[in-house]
Order: sequence, then structure tokens, then C-alpha cells
Amino acid sequence: MDPKGKDKNVNHNRFAAIAVAALGGALMLASCGSDPTPGGPDKGTSSAEPTKSGAACPSGTLNAEGSSAQKNAIEEAITAYQEQCPDVTINYNPTGSGAGIKQFNAGQVDFAGSDSALKTEPKDGVIEADAAKTRCANNPAWDIPMVVGPIAVSYNVAGVDGLVLNAQVAANIFNGTIKTWNAPEIAKLNPGVKLPSSKIAVFYRSDESGTTENFTKYLQAASGGAWKKEPAKTWTGTGSGKEKSAGVAEGVKATANSITYVEWSYARDNNLAIAKIDTGSGTPVELTGESAGKAVAAAKADGTGNDLRLKLDYTTKEPGAYPIILVTYEIVCSKGLDPAKTELVKSFLTSFASSESQSSLEQIGYAPLPEEVRTKVDAAIKAIS
Amino acid sequence: MAVTNERQQLLDRRPQGLDLGPTGRGGDRLFGGLAKGSGIAVIALVVFVGGFLLWLAVPALRANQASFLFSREWMPGIQPPRFGIVDLLWTTVLVSGFALLLAVPVAVGVALFLTHYAPRRVAGPVTYVVDLLAAVPSIIFGIWGIKELAPKLAPLSSFLSGNLGGFPLLRPGIADNGTVFVAGVVLAIMILPIVTAFTREVFAQAPREHKEAALALGATKWEMIRLTVLPYGRSGMVSAAMLGLGRALGETIAIMIILSKPSPDSPFNPSLFAGGETFASKIANNAAEFDSPTKTGAYIAAGLVLFVLTFVVNAIARLILQHSERKHA
Amino acid sequence: MSESSLATPGTSFDADLTGGRSKARGAKNILAAVLVSACFAIALIPLAWILWTVASKGLHLLLDINWWQQSQRGITSRTDGGGAYHALVGSLITALACAAISVPIGVLGAVYLVEYGRKGRLARAVSFMVDIMTGIPSIVAALFVYALWVTIFGFERVAFAVSLSLVLLMVPAVLRVTEEVLRLVPNELREASYALGVPRWKTILKIVIPTAFSGIVTGVMLGLARIMGETAPLLILGPYTKSINFNPFSGNMAALPTMINQDRTESLQPAVDRTWAAALTLVLLVLLLNIVARAIARFSAVRDR
Repeated sequence: MDPKGKDKNVNHNRFAAIAVAALGGALMLASCGSDPTPGGPDKGTSSAEPTKSGAACPSGTLNAEGSSAQKNAIEEAITAYQEQCPDVTINYNPTGSGAGIKQFNAGQVDFAGSDSALKTEPKDGVIEADAAKTRCANNPAWDIPMVVGPIAVSYNVAGVDGLVLNAQVAANIFNGTIKTWNAPEIAKLNPGVKLPSSKIAVFYRSDESGTTENFTKYLQAASGGAWKKEPAKTWTGTGSGKEKSAGVAEGVKATANSITYVEWSYARDNNLAIAKIDTGSGTPVELTGESAGKAVAAAKADGTGNDLRLKLDYTTKEPGAYPIILVTYEIVCSKGLDPAKTELVKSFLTSFASSESQSSLEQIGYAPLPEEVRTKVDAAIKAIS
Repeated sequence: MAVTNERQQLLDRRPQGLDLGPTGRGGDRLFGGLAKGSGIAVIALVVFVGGFLLWLAVPALRANQASFLFSREWMPGIQPPRFGIVDLLWTTVLVSGFALLLAVPVAVGVALFLTHYAPRRVAGPVTYVVDLLAAVPSIIFGIWGIKELAPKLAPLSSFLSGNLGGFPLLRPGIADNGTVFVAGVVLAIMILPIVTAFTREVFAQAPREHKEAALALGATKWEMIRLTVLPYGRSGMVSAAMLGLGRALGETIAIMIILSKPSPDSPFNPSLFAGGETFASKIANNAAEFDSPTKTGAYIAAGLVLFVLTFVVNAIARLILQHSERKHA
Repeated sequence: MSESSLATPGTSFDADLTGGRSKARGAKNILAAVLVSACFAIALIPLAWILWTVASKGLHLLLDINWWQQSQRGITSRTDGGGAYHALVGSLITALACAAISVPIGVLGAVYLVEYGRKGRLARAVSFMVDIMTGIPSIVAALFVYALWVTIFGFERVAFAVSLSLVLLMVPAVLRVTEEVLRLVPNELREASYALGVPRWKTILKIVIPTAFSGIVTGVMLGLARIMGETAPLLILGPYTKSINFNPFSGNMAALPTMINQDRTESLQPAVDRTWAAALTLVLLVLLLNIVARAIARFSAVRDR
């Protein structure tokens, strides 16, 4: 940067001009990019032409945001749907249930994913359901259950396999009452297991999260009073906070003698050890697709009309039912979006709720919606106008 | 000034008969107006940003039931809101200060190496390489810091907190790697180039006569540096450190990625091995929370404190620079 | 450089004492040299480490031509494939939209400071405000635009809003650099032009700015390099998308930092690979801008002599 020359002429700036041109040129050149071929490049020749079967494909863009618990599920659903309808773009940003509802209510996204239904009582001076109603041009917003994900209690303790916990002990670990792994309460549930005397490192979700809310709901309901705090999206127990599901999973993976609560799919992807839960049914329940499915089947529909809230039974004693599950709802306007968007929302959610799509979720760590609930979901989606 | 007057005279003495075309004075008025307009736009922009942020922050501060400057609570959502910035301020200052403590000695060393030790042929490219460090985007420092650097620093952290845990600053903190310690080291690396660049400039300007005089008196190279270069560059070093501090205070994404949040009701831990949130990382972490005016206002109030802090630090740096320039001029 | 010969003052007849002192001083001198060189090595280690990490983990994806031509549409964190085209385009569009606003304001503002305002009261006020602007942390700039764009106006979060918040960071950068190079333009050039009866505005446009052009371009490039790596405004104002979007005024637009941010917490290998590859792409882009900027500065500086 020393253009002190006295006999400077335009030549000196040729290089600069070239650079500017190159920058513009790069952009022009770049405009020949494209989307990957449907089905992904890996699947190669075996992937057939995009089948435009079923309902006619709308076109346009949907933006959604929210729960990171359903991220893996909705990503698969979006991929499948966009393959079918290449003219549709669906963006899902897994920023957390709290963020999703706020952005939905602020009119920033077309639907939200949330691990808990819209609240009808005030919190932080805002009644979520009312705010959502305002956003939907004074039409109620519906909670549509879509993805069922078990929450795993994952831990990292060298040499300890198949740790058994019950709700009360888990509550005391997560609220900081039990501080070491060899505490008598844990030892009592794990006879014959050599537990270290190390401190327990608890990780929790630092962002507002529906997983936190569902997990604390479970702790409150099933621990017999050991968990005293009110269930909430922000963590109220002990430990150190990590961002998002992947953050806590990574924290446990990297830290010895640690424990956390995380969606099953993340625990599986990170190869974390998962505690068995002693529900009082006799044998401790291992987390499997089947055991989670049993608990979901016991869930009851709770909302009014097409607002389909599910009531989960956290205290279930049914043999082989894994009690810590969460349901991710897609929160949509029953009416009030513009017609093009409404059509898109309906079309995508119908595809997401199809039994074909639901059963494919099992492979990646989710449990399919029970058929009885699924039929209601279908009806509710059809009723959106 | 002199030149302007001269120019004005030149303009005034312009032959009146010369055809300037239709764009002569009019063009000047237009272009001059545009330039002036841009200047005014800059002023207006800053005043507007400041005023607008204040306008949003004041109602929240009014409604605030806790002491904004002295409370540890952060609950802008409840009615009435309660929020204070003590924790944020402490973490921000601690992490930036720690980074500065690490970066400045190294930066001074590098600057000395580049100006007085390295052969000229080496110094040029090397200066360039150090500047490259400044070009690496901060999100990359963040993921590198937590994924690569943090595990390597973990043994050192546990050694320090294990053996010297009696000092409040080294008290054992959180279990994972997301500590102020790691964030501070990463921040130190990030501000190293800017501190080095300014220090280097000052050292390079140390008067040759002083240096030669010192050498002529029989000083070793180090003595020469200690007696002439360092005293000459002292104010420059301080202002370079301040500029680095200014950069460190506002750093967002790297800190946000690295630092773990301690649980809300945990007792205050001043340690380097605790987690925490800085002003910037708190705001970024809670981007989705700006849904009610009070909450937005609370975060904006925190942002304003950061703004003022950064401004004061930068202003000190600039004052020192101006002062020393005047002294040496 | 043989300080050792200079370092024997010989002021004392006591050979032993002098020798002792010399040795201590010599040792100190060597120690200082070692420490200073060590500082230098310490400074280089992180740079080499970061570049190595990013390159070794991300390079293999960049070698695939698809990386530069495809988006991530339809690719999940479980599947390989796709590219960073959408993010690359998004980053460039956001940066160019920002430059389109910042460069005129910055350059004209500098012209005002150097050519018109001189040291008047308004010029000093502008200069002071630019100093304040330099100190605005990017997160505060983003917060400001969010409050205005979303909270007050109720607009959607779009790439243009990101550009607006980046303007607050880029204007002072461009203005300061331009001011510096304009001041370096010799007054003789201006005076010669005035002597020929050329009006001031034409002198500035035809003589002063062309002379300083390469310096200004350097400043703009460095400014662009800085804002392209900014992540904080994107987190607040620029939601990510896996698809290509050329329109900064509507819909989500991807950018390299958000692409990194999206996948950085994932633990599945394809997503991890993509994080590092996107990081490498961003580093390369920013380094390229830096290198071009410095090359311009250097090239024109050499020719000047």
C-alpha cells in the first residue's frame, strides 16, 4: 500500500482491475452449479428416476425450525420428499424447540418442531398458544405429533457395562445429590458391578430444549419426589452445559465418568453406553425400538379436536416398556397461512406421517407413531385449511 | 490549511474565459455534496445505532428489578425481569485478560525477532505468515480449539487445578474441556497477529542513532534492545495490547463454541477452569430469545456494555498512540 | 553482527572481573536471542497446526469436482456427497451486497475527510464516529439489525439483513484504508490538475482516485476477507439452507460459516468431513482474498518506484 509514485499511470492498476474482474468472474462461473442428483451420488445407477407418484407435487419453499431431537428424522423425511417432489425446497434448522416456537410465533418460519406442545399458561410473560394464534391470523395452531424419540441416559464409565438406574437415583444424580459413582444408591441397583469412586460429571443441554423438558418431566413424575424443580426447557439441575444434542453426546464421549440425557439416535451415533431403567416391573428395561414402542403404545391422545397432544405415562410399570420417551410435534397453523404454503405444509406432513416414512425412522433411532395415533394425525393434516 | 488556501487561490486565479463545460461548479457541488453526505451518513449511522439500542435498552433497564451492574441473576423473561451482568463481565474480562497475558509477551518476542533478529530476507515472508493467522476466520479457531487443542491442554489444566487449586483463579471448575483457560489460549492466538503487527511497527521505528550509540558503548544486542528499543516502544506496546484487548472483548463465535455454561444455580467460581459466558457469547447463544421487548432490551443492554467497554479500551489505545506520536514527532 | 567484539568494553584492568561480567552478559544476550526465537516458533505452531488440521481433514472432499458444483440438497448427515456450492455462492452474494453499500460510503467518506473536510469540525466528528464504528463488535451490529429488521419492521431473516449488519463492520475498514492512501497521493498531482483548470471533483475522480486505486482495492479486498469469515451476524440473521438461493432478499441463503456451524456438532463421519472441508474452503477463500490484496499492494508499490 504505497502508491507514492509521481508518474503513476493507469497501467499500475491493471492488476487491481484484473483482480476485481476475477472476483466477478468467479461468481459468474460459479453460477453453473447444481443440486446433487436425487438419491445422492453414491447410490449411483440403482436409484431410479424420481417417482412422481401419489398426490400431485406442489412447488415452493417451506422454512421450518425447532427441535434438534427430530433433526435426523426430519432430514430423512425431507430428503425422501424432495426426491419425490423436486420443485419443493424444505429447510429445517435444528435450533431447539424453544427457538422454533419463538421463530414460528414471530412469523419467521412456516412450521415449528417442538418436543412439547404449545403451552397454554403464561411463561416469561408470553402464552405460547395465544402468540401462535395471533401468528396464524387468529386461528388456533395445532400440535401434530410426528416423531417419537426415546431419550437415553448415556454414560461413560470405564469397565461398567449395562448400568442400571431407576428414576429416583437418576434424579439424585442429575440434581447433584449423588456425587460419586460408587454411591450406595447406585451400587444397590448394580450388584456385582465394580463402580469407581470418581465424581460424576453431569452434562446438560445449555440451549432451551424440549429434551430437557421431557427428561425432567420424567424425573419429576417417576422419582417419587426426588426431583423437586418444575420441568422446563432450561436445565435446573447440576452439571455443565453443552450446546445441542450433539454437544452433550460429544461431552460424554470425551469425558470419563460422565453422564447425560440425550436422544437415542445421538447416543447410537456416538456409540455411547446406555443405562437400563428399572421401572419397578421386575427386570430393568433396555432401550430398544421395541421397548420404546411399548411405551408409546401406552400413550393417550390428550388434546381437543385436531390439536393432538399425547399424554405419556412416565410411571408405566408394564414389563419391557422403556419409560423415557419424547414426542416431537410439528406445530402448524390450522388456518391462516397463504394457500400455497398451506398446500406445501399439508403435502409434506402427509408424506412424513405415512406409515412407510414412519417405519423407516426405526433404523435411525426413533420409534414409529402407533397406528391409532397415526390415523388421527392423518386426519388432522387433512383438516388444515 | 496551507494547501487548501493555495488551492483556493489557484482556483480563484483560474482564467475566466476557460470553458469548463456544463459540469464545472455544478459537478463540484454534486460530488462534494455526495462526499459530505457520506461523511454525514457515517455520523448518522453511528448515532442511530447507538440511539436505537439505547431506546430499546432503557425500558428493560427501568423494569429490571435486580441491580444491572451488580447482580448475578439473568432472568430477563420473568415478570418483572431480573438481570445483572456481573458474571458476564467477569468472564469477559477474565478470558480477555488471560489471553492478553499470554499474547503480549509472545507478540513482543515475535516483533523483536522480526525487527532485530531475523535476516531481512526471512523477515518479509515471515511477517506475512504471521499476518495470515489474522485471516483465519474465528469459527475455525473455535472448532479447532475445542476439538484439537482442548484435549491436548486437558492434562495441563488438571495438573494446575489439582496442585494449585488453592488459588481462586486456579480452583477446579467444570469437568469438561470448555473452560475459560482453553478459550483464553485460543483468544491469545487470535489476537497475536494484531498485537505483533503494531508492536513490530513501533520497534522498527526505534531511532537508529540510539541503537548505534548503545552498541558503540559496548552493549550486547540484548542490552541495546533493552536500553533503546523497548523504552522507545513502551507506549506502542501498551496501545498494541489495548487494541488486542479490544478485539478479544468482542470475540463471539470462537468463545461461544468453546465455553461451557455452568448450571444456573451454581455458585460463583472465579477460576480459569470454570465455564461461563461472555457478553458476546451470551447474546449469540440466545439469539432466539429476542421475542419480547424486555428480553431483547436486556440483551441489548448487555451489548451496550460490551460496546462501551470496547470503545473505552480502543480509545485508550488511540490516545496512547497519539500521545507518543506527538512526543516522537 | 559480531556483538561479542563490541561487548568488551575494557574499562577495567581486572581481567577476571571483566571476563566474568562478559560471560554473564554474553549468556544473557544468547538467552534473549533464544527466547525471542522461541516466541517466534510459538507463534507459528498454532498456525501450522490449524492449517494442518483443516487441510488434512478436509482436503479429500475438495478434490472432488462435485464439491464446487453441487449443493447439499437431499444430503443428510448420514450420507456422503454433495458440495459447498450453495454456501460459496451465498457467502459471495452476501459479501458483494455488503460491499456494494459499504464501498461507496467508505470511499466517499474518505474523499470527504481528505479532500473536502480537511480538519474542520464535521471532518473531526466523522473521524471520531469511524473510530467508534471500528470498535462495534460484530454481535452488537447483528443485534442492532435484528432489532430493526425483525422486531420493528417484522421482515423475514434474509441474506440482505446479514449484509446490512456487515456494512457496519466494513465501512470503517474501507474508509480508513482509503483515507490512508488518499493522503499518500502527492499534492503536486492535485495542484498540477488545478493549475490546468480542472475542477476539484474531476481532479478527484480522474487523478486522485485512479492514483490511489490499487490501494483502495487492497482495502476493499481485506475488508471482504474479514466479513466473509464473520459468523455472529449469520447466526442471528441468516438461517441456513441446503439448497441454492441466488436471491438475497427472499428465503434462506447458505453461507460457509453457517455450513460449518450446522455440522460442527455432528458426530457422524460424513458430517464431520463436511465440517472440515467447508472450513478449508472458507480458509482458502479468505486467504485468496488476502493474497490478492497484498499482491496488488505489492505489485503497484514496486511499479511506483
